[in-house]
Amino acid sequence: MIPASFDYFRPQSLEEAIGLLNQHGEEAKVLAGGHSLVPAMKLRLAQPKVVIDIGRISDLNYIREQDGKIAIGAMTTHHAIETSGLLREKCPLLTELAPQIGDVQVRNRGTIGGSLVHADPAADWPAAILALDAELDVVGPNGSRSIHVKKFFVDLFQTALQPNQILREIRVPATPRSVAYVKFAQRASGFAIAGVAVVVHAASQTVSVGVTGVAAKPYRANAVEKSLEGQPLTAESITHASKRAASRIDPLNDIHASAEYRAHLARVNTRRALQIAASRI
Amino acid sequence: MATSKNKGYFGKALKRVEDPRLIKGLATYVDDLKFPGMLHAAVLRSPHAHAKILGVKTESAKALPGVIGVYTAADVNPTCGLLPCASPMPDQKAPKHTVLAGDRVYYVGHPVAIVLATDRYIARDALDLIEADYEPLPVVVDPEKALDKDSPLTHPDLGTNVSFTWSVANGDLDGAFQQADRVIKQRMVHQRLIPMAIEPRGCVASYHPGEGTLTLWTSTQIPHLVRTLLPGMVGVPENKIRVVAPEVGGGFGSKLNLYVEEALCCHLSMRLRTPVKWIESRRENAAATIHGRDQVGEYEVAVKNDGAVLAIKSRTIADIGSYLQLLTPAIPTLTGLMLTGCYKIKAMRMDVIGVYTHKMSTDAYRGAGRPEATYVIERVMDLVAAELGLDPIKVRLKNFPKPTEFPFNTATGLTYDSGNYQGALKKAQQIAPWDDLVRWREKARQEGRLFGVGVSTYVEICALGPSKMMASGGWEWGCVRMEISGKVSVITGATPHGQGQETSFAQIIADKLGVPIEDIVVFRGDTSVAHYGRDTYGSRATALGGTALIMSAEKVIEKARRLAAHLLGAKTKDVLFRDGKFFAKGKPKKSVGWGLLAQEAYVAKNLPPNFEPGLEASSFFEPKNCTYPFGTHIVAAEIDRDTGEVQIIKYVAVDDCGHQVNPLLVEGQVQGGIAHSLGQALFERAVYDENGQLLTGEFMDYALARAKDIPDYVMDSTVTPSPSNPMGIKGCGEAGTIGATPAIANAVLDALAPLGIRHLDLPLTPEKIWRAINNSKPSKSK
Repeated sequence: MIPASFDYFRPQSLEEAIGLLNQHGEEAKVLAGGHSLVPAMKLRLAQPKVVIDIGRISDLNYIREQDGKIAIGAMTTHHAIETSGLLREKCPLLTELAPQIGDVQVRNRGTIGGSLVHADPAADWPAAILALDAELDVVGPNGSRSIHVKKFFVDLFQTALQPNQILREIRVPATPRSVAYVKFAQRASGFAIAGVAVVVHAASQTVSVGVTGVAAKPYRANAVEKSLEGQPLTAESITHASKRAASRIDPLNDIHASAEYRAHLARVNTRRALQIAASRI
Repeated sequence: MATSKNKGYFGKALKRVEDPRLIKGLATYVDDLKFPGMLHAAVLRSPHAHAKILGVKTESAKALPGVIGVYTAADVNPTCGLLPCASPMPDQKAPKHTVLAGDRVYYVGHPVAIVLATDRYIARDALDLIEADYEPLPVVVDPEKALDKDSPLTHPDLGTNVSFTWSVANGDLDGAFQQADRVIKQRMVHQRLIPMAIEPRGCVASYHPGEGTLTLWTSTQIPHLVRTLLPGMVGVPENKIRVVAPEVGGGFGSKLNLYVEEALCCHLSMRLRTPVKWIESRRENAAATIHGRDQVGEYEVAVKNDGAVLAIKSRTIADIGSYLQLLTPAIPTLTGLMLTGCYKIKAMRMDVIGVYTHKMSTDAYRGAGRPEATYVIERVMDLVAAELGLDPIKVRLKNFPKPTEFPFNTATGLTYDSGNYQGALKKAQQIAPWDDLVRWREKARQEGRLFGVGVSTYVEICALGPSKMMASGGWEWGCVRMEISGKVSVITGATPHGQGQETSFAQIIADKLGVPIEDIVVFRGDTSVAHYGRDTYGSRATALGGTALIMSAEKVIEKARRLAAHLLGAKTKDVLFRDGKFFAKGKPKKSVGWGLLAQEAYVAKNLPPNFEPGLEASSFFEPKNCTYPFGTHIVAAEIDRDTGEVQIIKYVAVDDCGHQVNPLLVEGQVQGGIAHSLGQALFERAVYDENGQLLTGEFMDYALARAKDIPDYVMDSTVTPSPSNPMGIKGCGEAGTIGATPAIANAVLDALAPLGIRHLDLPLTPEKIWRAINNSKPSKSK
């Protein structure tokens, strides 16, 4: 498993990284934790001429409170999120999800930003990031802009990020404790066949449901959310609403799960995640 | 024979002396070897399952700086011999297995060209510059469809997809089926598995042009067999070939073979007079190292209403892939020989058809044919119990031979050496405890949960074997050498490669010679050090290799006794040996030990008349019979009704591998075997699509069991010594892989029984179970 040759750059600042990216355009790939890019390069599915390693840019690695929200640097590892006291307190959905990613080695190296930008349709983070209505800050040669997560995921392995832009920060709101992430993992890879993240907003009597692994891109289960709007969360209302977890979705179909089974798992895990989250109100 | 149980090392759960170097990263694997001038090979492989090669253009690849050469079939096939199969069948039709594909390719991964370059990165880059032009041809991947008249042919020049047929039959089959109260039929599919050793294959070949000698370092289980077979491929005589298996990171049968890459590296090293290294990638390992299992059988049993099984018959199709590798045809024959399991079934017949398909060859994978047999007969026992409304344990007890009936002759022509199947079953039942598990099941069922209890009582064949059963010798060789310093070198031909015999052989010899275990080093895996050997497979190393060492140690003791008598001024017959010391009868205080004896033996100034200097001996051990370990595995499992996921609630294994040299090693072997079984039972499978593309070619798609998948094992053993070797050892390397799969399957299918589900083929994936639940019509009988 040997990658094709490439030029390697290790910028010290975000500006330098964007400069390099702007210079090399589509021939360049940004290396974060390397847990998606490097395997793809080894299989020669990706053969970038230039690799820009942003691992030494220190101001991309943080978790902090900021204007009532929690800001997470794009280079923060899954492990750092898993063990963050601040997130455990203020945004427990992320600390519940993180340990369900890969294994210890993957979590020590892989980053939330790298995962989101790679946009693997079976990655775990998108479910939570969608359910949390996160804001994503991206930086390019013309400055930075903020993208709402609903506009971030475009298609299979495609995001709203331009080739010369880098994801800098993910901002999530503080939430109550009534959250849950329930995942059915693919046996070999550990990626999600159906991962469902739920936030129950008891105050406003609404729920947010993010689903990953089921379709070509992660989605909000709008029909489920609508069904439960203003409703008390009972076993009946949850079961009824969860049946819509895959409505108007075209599920993926592969050797690991048929489209029918994926849609079924989306419904089961939506029900389970809602029940768990509701029990935490 | 086993030395005193109270003192000494035999039977002690000692930690492995191998482990520190492995854990610290200080072990030497093939890929750690570096030699001056060494070139790196990379293999271009077919992306098609069946195609005509229209042309292979190598000019651009050759032009890449650092590329030394690019070789195609025309360059190497005329001078390399064909890859041999050591277990041919009388009616076999076999294609010529050339080192590189000739004018056609027959599976995805088939080697088409090989590049040599100054480093492995350049070698890999060069592969992308070779322009191979193919004309795709019709593909057959399903072994049953391969038998259809209008099926595409795997090798059109053979005129058929049938490679060979083989049968085993005994007893009055027709009479048994006439006498039967009932005939129970079931079709079972044994899915194709990929061994996936964590270290892929790899080798370094180095030819010495002056001496005309060839050294091959290769990640193999069988350096001695490779040395025997290589001359036919590379034209160097056996006594000028040295084969070394350095540290081997897993084999499981996949390295019990000779592969074309080994011959190619030897050939190119001879041609270019420089060392050549090839290291397999994970993708290559999945596509082009042998696969296992892949049989489809229709099984029929004749039973009486009391549960007595009178006869079993089967027509089995074995998918052997595109070529015959070393032991390919032998694997389904082991299924046939073990088909009656641990039961007194007087009549049997199994007809095997070996079928070519456009896939990688199948061959020995952990258990090698016996897991298929055990799975069949243990599923059958549960089907019999279910059909007759009997307790599955009682059905087994009804058909077991009694302990007094051993040696027990099976209808398949084997003689089981010793056994107490009732004993292992009873112990497992007590430990589980079975009655509690059944109570849990009844309670769970009342609550509407899917909970099942499964049992498997297995017997398998180990310590292969008497030479009459084997292609080229079933003996094993070992040497014990007392060095001048009094340290002991133990040399085994059994080539342990991770199973732990560097520890257990030292335990055996330390006891025998009465020396501290720290004074012993076990050498293995190098044909220049271990001159003879038949290597490791079929759980043979301890039973056979250990015995050859005991025999050698006894010869060393007898020789030392003569020398001791001389030094003590006593008659040889009056000299006793105890705890590492020789002394004249009645005079234990005046003794000589190994230190003095070794010194005198090699300094050789004060020897008895006609006494050869030195203190070493070697021996060949030829067993009279194989060994037949057995045991009982009990599993409780619960199924998530919504998702179809299986959770193992309880796992109990009671294995009988005879006397245990080191129980820690036994436990490790059984645990690893169960992990393989767990994968086979619940999620592992090789998937080829209809075009012959391998869809499970890496760990992202091929589901090996991971640490988190492993349940808590409750493990115990019974001890029924084998009469086949003096230490009474049976072997335990494959027990877990053989005994566990049907126990897990039986538990899952027991959980599904209230839904009227009778049988599902492995692996029992959540989706398969979920679909079965959806399609089920609950039965009222349970």
